[in-house]
Amino acid sequence: MTKHVVGRAADIAPGERMVVTLKGRPIVIFNLSGEYFGLLNRCPHQSADLSRGIATGIADSDEPGDAVCTRSGEFIRCPWHGWEFDIRTGQSWCDPSRIKVRPFTVRVEAGRALVEGPYKAEAIPVSVDGDYLIVDA
Amino acid sequence: MVNTGSDSMKIDCDIHPGVPGVEALLPYMSDFWREQFVNREIDGMELASYPPTAPISCRPDWREKGRPPGSSLETVRRQALDGLGLSLAICNPLYGGQVAMSEHMGTAVSAAVNDWIRHEWLDREPRLRASIVVAAQDPIAAAAEIDRCASSDRRFVQVLMLVANELTLGRRYYWPIFEAAQRHGLPIGIHAGSMQRYPATPTGSPTHLLQDYASAPQMFCAQVQSLLCEGVFSKFPDLTFVLIESGVGWVVPFMWRSTKTWRGVRGEVPWMKRPAIDEVRDRIRMTIQPFDGPDAGPDLERFIEQLGSDDILLFSSDYPHWHFEGSDAMPPGLSSELARKIAWQNPLNTYPRLRESLS
Repeated sequence: MTKHVVGRAADIAPGERMVVTLKGRPIVIFNLSGEYFGLLNRCPHQSADLSRGIATGIADSDEPGDAVCTRSGEFIRCPWHGWEFDIRTGQSWCDPSRIKVRPFTVRVEAGRALVEGPYKAEAIPVSVDGDYLIVDA
Repeated sequence: MVNTGSDSMKIDCDIHPGVPGVEALLPYMSDFWREQFVNREIDGMELASYPPTAPISCRPDWREKGRPPGSSLETVRRQALDGLGLSLAICNPLYGGQVAMSEHMGTAVSAAVNDWIRHEWLDREPRLRASIVVAAQDPIAAAAEIDRCASSDRRFVQVLMLVANELTLGRRYYWPIFEAAQRHGLPIGIHAGSMQRYPATPTGSPTHLLQDYASAPQMFCAQVQSLLCEGVFSKFPDLTFVLIESGVGWVVPFMWRSTKTWRGVRGEVPWMKRPAIDEVRDRIRMTIQPFDGPDAGPDLERFIEQLGSDDILLFSSDYPHWHFEGSDAMPPGLSSELARKIAWQNPLNTYPRLRESLS
């Protein structure tokens, strides 16, 4: 695993997402209220671009007709066929035993701690007092 | 008690003793209903889905002149129990109580059929078991009838409904029936047949019996989908549904399509916890006649593989309905191991009360 600087934390507002490419692979990074999570940006079903999906809560029910919606915004629905994936883990909700999106660890690290990589050099100006998004890939 | 020593033991999960006529049921009716049937000269309450003289309703060599098919115990003994080599057989009477326009009449006829089966068949033949016939037109009364029969006689092993009722089957209108069945540990049998007061296909009334009969899987698809979408499998976690005379070939593409669609809209029915492909394998059982899967050979093997479970199929002859010749109702080409499971182990696992018969 190599640490890659992929952008500034402040570039993704809470509830938003950003797509980056690492080693040729598209990765979508979500900001859930200040926590950052990355998923391979391909639905495991037919490779649709997950970043174009709707972020939703998850509907659950213990009794027919009596449903609750929790974890608002923490699931991404594939824009093609509506499959639901937990943004935190990549786990599908529609068939958890069989279907999962590959998750990537996303961290925010202070500028001083960074190992410099090509992406940072090309696109992100380093600022000693700014916080950057790091992806292990 | 039934001996379990032989490899050829068979439990037939679907035979149809015929009600000879309303007269046979009169001793099991209240004074009120007895007068209604006698004074109004009501008879001939066979289901329109099985006209007595239609070829499908009775195999030619099983017909008896002047009597409805399978309507005497002696005949059923000779043609089915002995003729087909059955160790046990579950009687599924099909008669007008299940479809009567009057729910009160339907309830009375169904109760009379249950008492008639108990006294004139089960009491006289130890190889027979029976389903509790209910008039789903009145689910509260149906639940009471299940309680009455299931509590008093352990030879009743199942609750019997028809596949086409006045509402789709998962609706909570029918839940009292499901609650009662689960309370007594009985599966719900869903048998082919319609009330015939709505089209027997979703796109209009058929012009021929062939259409009616060949279209039956459409109704089974709709009803299994209804049970799934209304959350019945989650609400009644101990309930098994047995599809009887449904055919079997349709269920694989049904599982695929239902599961595929559910994955995209799961959030609309969050009480549906698992897709069809899982619920069918765990909670649905199907009798094997009429067998409408592929012929013996590689296609049949692939079909069994696609079913994805050896537990689903239950042996049945569907006596006296006409689906096969000779004395072996098992479709040819199944492995002997699977055939044995279908004939013996699967019925015992599906109907817990059958185990009480084993020595």
